[in-house]
Amino acid sequence: MFHRESGYFKTTYQADMALFPLPIGRVAIAGLAVLFFVVFPIVMDDYYLTLVNLAAIAVVGALGLNILLGYTGQISIGHGAFMSVGAYTAANFAVHFDLPFWITIPSGGILAAAVGLLVGLPSLRVKGLYLAIATLAAQFIIEWTLNHTPVISGGVQASIEMPRPVVFGNTITTPTEMYLFLLPISVLAIIATLNLVRSRIGRAFVAIRDQEIAAEIIGINVYRYKLLAFMISSFYAGVAGVMATYYYGVANYEAFQLPISIDYLAMIIIGGLGSVLGSVFGAFFITLLPFGVRIFMETVGVFFVEGVYLAQVIAQMRLIIFGGLIIFFLVVEPEGLNKLWQNIRNYFRVWPFSY
Amino acid sequence: MTNTAGSGGSVKLKIQGVAKSFGGVRAVTEVSADVQEGEIFAIIGPNGAGKTTLLNMISGFYHPDEGSLMFENHDISNMRPADIAALGVARTFQNIALFRGMTVLENMMLGRHVLMKTGVLSAFLYWGPAQREEIAHRERVEEIIEFLNLTDLRKTPTGSLAYGLQKRVELGRALAAEPRLLLLDEPMAGMNQEEKEDMVRYVLDVNQEWGTTIALIEHDMGVVMDISDHVAVLDMGAKISQGTPDEVRADPKVIEAYLGTTDHKEVA
Repeated sequence: MFHRESGYFKTTYQADMALFPLPIGRVAIAGLAVLFFVVFPIVMDDYYLTLVNLAAIAVVGALGLNILLGYTGQISIGHGAFMSVGAYTAANFAVHFDLPFWITIPSGGILAAAVGLLVGLPSLRVKGLYLAIATLAAQFIIEWTLNHTPVISGGVQASIEMPRPVVFGNTITTPTEMYLFLLPISVLAIIATLNLVRSRIGRAFVAIRDQEIAAEIIGINVYRYKLLAFMISSFYAGVAGVMATYYYGVANYEAFQLPISIDYLAMIIIGGLGSVLGSVFGAFFITLLPFGVRIFMETVGVFFVEGVYLAQVIAQMRLIIFGGLIIFFLVVEPEGLNKLWQNIRNYFRVWPFSY
Repeated sequence: MTNTAGSGGSVKLKIQGVAKSFGGVRAVTEVSADVQEGEIFAIIGPNGAGKTTLLNMISGFYHPDEGSLMFENHDISNMRPADIAALGVARTFQNIALFRGMTVLENMMLGRHVLMKTGVLSAFLYWGPAQREEIAHRERVEEIIEFLNLTDLRKTPTGSLAYGLQKRVELGRALAAEPRLLLLDEPMAGMNQEEKEDMVRYVLDVNQEWGTTIALIEHDMGVVMDISDHVAVLDMGAKISQGTPDEVRADPKVIEAYLGTTDHKEVA
């Protein structure tokens, strides 16, 4: 059968280490590519594309946080702040130096990585909850600095208007164009992460997470790799920040405050710690769920509540259902949506002879 | 096979008057010893004698308060464990320190970390240099997996393996680094007779076929006396005897340390 391992014999180590060893995996990826790059832009209306755009941005940020927390085991509650560093870097570069997106995006990431290196320094001494508080402090320090430094943040309400990105001479304006601009970046981030985690460096990260002492004894420089994890994670955050800035058309620290950092934590915890696919699941889940709940409430709510109260009830119920669903999924599968997906996959691996 | 493998070589590890105390407890005092190139060097002694502390100093977890440790031509007294590992010193732990969520294969690939070079950028790209390096090292790791008879378990998470197998995987992870000095902390502890025999065979094979210098701590006297070229005996943090297994066995101080009396004339 095309979906099982049996019958496929690997004759090289390269084949054994492939990302998608089975034909079904490669077919599924090709199908998803067609769906996301061809079908969605054509059939989806602007509202839904806007939502997917938000999710695409969240995917990059969530991947970054998952590299740090899920793979290396170092917590950060300052992820939003790193995004804002990327955002303001890109906005300044684009406004003052008229630089194109293919320079602003990496430079936003690099500057965020530099800040991430500084914030990561406490991780060499403290762990767990103490590190969480240290990164929380970084979140506020960065926020305050950006807000109170007109040189960086432009002065008026600390926001800089972002020029629209220009790709091959075309200015990106419609949601569809924005979608086709953002999605490839997310795909690149996913592929890069998949590669990173199966490389020597990814293994070293996991080693530090699982057994710091054993990691040290086999020659992994724990200090260096922890800082590296912080830098890579912040780089992703910075890139996500630049993407968000292009998307919103404005760089503003208010878009990257503490609740955003918490959102990203929620994404990777619900999606699955230490899993690339989980980051993607979590990013889509947390980004789209509020809208999904609202559509649901608007459809169902009509039957129960009349007239003017509807809007208020929806607003309240939305948060309750949102929170409830998060708890529900965590209870059903504490290891995240990725584990649910694994369970389904493992079931079908032996189906229909599951004994 | 006593005293033959080690006698011709140079000194691999020179332990010179090292001492370590924790608060008021003097765990190791004034211990000196030379580990010759290519030999099996055993460290024995009653519980709390300071054997593991000594090993921890060699691998860099503790730094000696006094004295020095020379590995080949490097003073490793104050080096960090990762740097000592990079020089070619690998070790196993008394209570296994494997990465339990990872497979046997991944654990051993991690063992080769110090020998691999892939940086961040080539890791992101993967296809190309990083993949070529992965494959080259994978081939070497597969040889070790085969040597340790773990072929059918290569994709099994180590956490789900039996105790004896975990010990074997940990040895494999240490071997994957192709160390020039291998430190084994009680490699046979808690094993049944069959597992012990297997482990002894692996240790001897590593020593004889690959020429790896081995320093080990072990409580099973039968094993120690059979395989070691030299034995050092620690008691209460101090070295009380050293020599070939036969010399040590006959040393009254050793007998006293183990049996706690001075009256015994003969101990089998």
